[in-house]
Amino acid sequence: MTRSAHRPRRRLRTAGAAAAVLLALGGCSASGADTSGSVGDGPSGTVTVFAAASLEEGFTTLGERFEKEHPGTTVTFSFGGSDTLAAGISGGAPADVFAAASTRTMKTVTDEGLTAGSPSTFVRNRLEIATLPGNPRGIGSLRDLAAPGLKVVLCDRTVPCGAAAHTALTAAGVDLTPVSYEQDVKSALTKVALKEADAAVVYRTDVRAAGDRVEGVEFPESAEAVNDYPIALLENAPNPTAAKAFVALVESPEGRKVLTGAGFLAP
Amino acid sequence: MPETTPEDLGKNPGKRSGPAPAPAAEGLDARLVVDRGAFRLDIALTAAPGDVVALLGPNGAGKTTALRALAGLAPLTAGHLRLDGAELRRTPPESRPVGVVFQDYLLFPHLTALDNVAFGPRCRGAGKAQARALAAEWLDRMGLAEHAGAKPRRLSGGQAQRVALARALATRPRLLLLDEPLAALDARTRLEVRAGLRRHLAAFEAVAVLVTHDPLDAMVLADRLIVVEQGRIVQEGTPSDIARHPRTEYVAQLVGLNLYRGRADGHTVRLDAGPAVSTTEDLSGPAFVAFPPGAVTLHRDRPTGSSARNVWRCEVAGLEPHGDQVRAELTGELPLTADLTAVAAAELDLHPGAPVWAAVKAAQTHAYPA
Amino acid sequence: MTGRHGTPPDPGALAPPSDGGRNGTPTAKAPRTARPRTPGRGVPLLLLAPALLGLAFLLVPLLALLLRAPWRSLPEQLTSPEVWQALRLSLVCATAATALSLVIGVPLAWLLARTEFPGRGLVRALVTLPLVLPPVVGGVALLLALGRNGVVGQWLDAWFGITLPFTTAGVVLAETFVAMPFLVISVEGTLRAADPRYEEAAATLGASRFTAFRRVTLPLVAPGIAAGAVLAWARALGEFGATITFAGNFPGRTQTMPLAVYLALQNDPAAAIALSLVLLAVSVAVLAGLRDRWMRTV
Repeated sequence: MTRSAHRPRRRLRTAGAAAAVLLALGGCSASGADTSGSVGDGPSGTVTVFAAASLEEGFTTLGERFEKEHPGTTVTFSFGGSDTLAAGISGGAPADVFAAASTRTMKTVTDEGLTAGSPSTFVRNRLEIATLPGNPRGIGSLRDLAAPGLKVVLCDRTVPCGAAAHTALTAAGVDLTPVSYEQDVKSALTKVALKEADAAVVYRTDVRAAGDRVEGVEFPESAEAVNDYPIALLENAPNPTAAKAFVALVESPEGRKVLTGAGFLAP
Repeated sequence: MPETTPEDLGKNPGKRSGPAPAPAAEGLDARLVVDRGAFRLDIALTAAPGDVVALLGPNGAGKTTALRALAGLAPLTAGHLRLDGAELRRTPPESRPVGVVFQDYLLFPHLTALDNVAFGPRCRGAGKAQARALAAEWLDRMGLAEHAGAKPRRLSGGQAQRVALARALATRPRLLLLDEPLAALDARTRLEVRAGLRRHLAAFEAVAVLVTHDPLDAMVLADRLIVVEQGRIVQEGTPSDIARHPRTEYVAQLVGLNLYRGRADGHTVRLDAGPAVSTTEDLSGPAFVAFPPGAVTLHRDRPTGSSARNVWRCEVAGLEPHGDQVRAELTGELPLTADLTAVAAAELDLHPGAPVWAAVKAAQTHAYPA
Repeated sequence: MTGRHGTPPDPGALAPPSDGGRNGTPTAKAPRTARPRTPGRGVPLLLLAPALLGLAFLLVPLLALLLRAPWRSLPEQLTSPEVWQALRLSLVCATAATALSLVIGVPLAWLLARTEFPGRGLVRALVTLPLVLPPVVGGVALLLALGRNGVVGQWLDAWFGITLPFTTAGVVLAETFVAMPFLVISVEGTLRAADPRYEEAAATLGASRFTAFRRVTLPLVAPGIAAGAVLAWARALGEFGATITFAGNFPGRTQTMPLAVYLALQNDPAAAIALSLVLLAVSVAVLAGLRDRWMRTV
């Protein structure tokens, strides 16, 4: 999924970026003539950021700020599953920055030598239980999820939120059979938002983003499964100057404030 | 196509000939009115059991519409439809005691000949074995016993026609409808199938109505012809009656006559448009006068001293081969059609535009009241 | 004396029956032989080049899948019980969805092809809507309709205690929703091409409309139904979006092969390729088998 900071205005450019990704995946080399910033000057041109889906709200805000602070720049986002994005980068997608939802995913990119410098953790995320608004089933802990008749959805263990939930459940010693292992955290949350499931184990940020459609319940075992979000400049970045500036904004106190506002924890 | 004389046509061994019988409890009594936009069909039909009635008319006259209305496949706008005293107007097709032989037979391609024939009895409640036995009997009667297991696409046109007839008859209908029953056949098969069909229709105990635009089919197969033009009956009668006394241009053409309308006064008919024609009949008042193309003789110069009383100055409009003769279309004083031998045509040096004199003996014309 | 010279030429030759050649009518005069290829004339390059490009476009990705398949670890990948569980579930659900599509889709196609009612055009458009709807949206729509809280689903739950999401029945429904339009479109097209006068002929022989449909129309359009069923089955077999959205993902209950493939792709692409190969092999085997057996004309 590709989103730009100013959504309505940037549709076309976004589509162009998506097409560029496809071309790059197809093995064609995209020469980023219009995307490279002039060397030595301040940041300019387009900076392309591949970011985990959970970062969408926070990064969109930061993208708008970045463009305001650096007139002449455009931030184009491609939000999606961290693994999918990593596969795109391995395939040669012309991205400048990669922000992943797990260090394991980032490692696959680093191992291929595709990052410039080592990634740094800029935020962390932890799990919460998402329940129906008003928590009608009175869920207060992970153990409560094992109650008979309760429909719980988890993320599949192959995706980060599922792996984290598994760790937390193991730590709590809870044996839980969900009704479904969802393919990503948003689907898990949707099942609760549509009241098809009674509860889901998702990230705090997702509960926050869902607003009043779900209610979050914290649980102590989430400390066992905290997710680190690493960010890295990419080796083949078409616009390294602007990319560096964007990473700096994300890691700045201002950036942290925006992200914690979206439910993330400081590293 | 074989030439047939009107005498042959008139001798059709029908059980009944003459005008339409009065409506009876037995048989068919219908007035069919079907409105379809600009077209309106409005015909009355009566027939007694054993009658074979042919609806004859040009394409688009409404014959097939009439047939569909009788079968219940097209709704009547008005009128009535009584068969053996029962009103069928609101009866759906599957509940009418009516059998149909469709123009291209519509044999079910996925069923064998036997199962095609057994289809009707099955639908009307017979058991499977019973229906198949009945079907086998019908196929046998049609001389198709050895083709019982064949799918329709393996049957010749003539065989398919007989299977279709057997299928329609196997439900023991009280009204049998045949839509252009021979139109799908080539000329040779047609001759043979026509004879067979005539036999089966003669043996059929209930009312049969067939639709055709071929006068020969109509005259051979039917006891009574109903000529339909533009949704209306224009003439009705026995084949010989219609062959001798056509009342419209279409019928005259069908039976191969030059036909004119006028007012008779003694042995002369003064035509509504054109000259007078001398005849042997003594009539007065509105009348038709007709003569066949073969009765016309053509001359380069005005015939003198000829016994022909009727001589007109004409011009050749067109020539075409007609059997082993040449048919000439003439315009001029009296538009007419003339047949002559190829030799005569060559001697006269006929060609479109050529002026000729046409002569007809009074004895070869036929006048009758309009 | 009157002569019968006026008889027009054989009307059969002038005006052949308008439908004489349709639907294998025995009177069809033109034999259905393939037109002999004109000798000495090749296929025009303007057609050949894009045709070959089209073929390559479809085949190269499949070829790539074969080339990059982890052949060495394949036996190991494929011996896991989860794979067979997912495969079996896929086959069962796709077949059940096809059966359901036949039971309700063929009558729907008949209704669209053979009856007149106000708004029929609109209904036809609505029937094809699932074809253009992203399957995930279809899944959400199914949740809104048949979910525990759905427009219909809440009553199913309240009256019968039936909840469909997260069940195998839910998978079948999701696949049916996405696959049935293929069947309906295919069968409707065949019905329209079939001569309705066969039904009239059946009616004059005493067949009710239903009997005519069952004993005449159905056999006549069987090839179209078979083609539609195969299309629907193939579509159901590969269904992902609506299934995972409506029925979720639970091994053995709702995890079909496409779901297993997608999730394997997240952290083990080799396993995903292996699973895809299994799905490919099975569908090729089934489709080829069907084609030989009863789809010769399709």
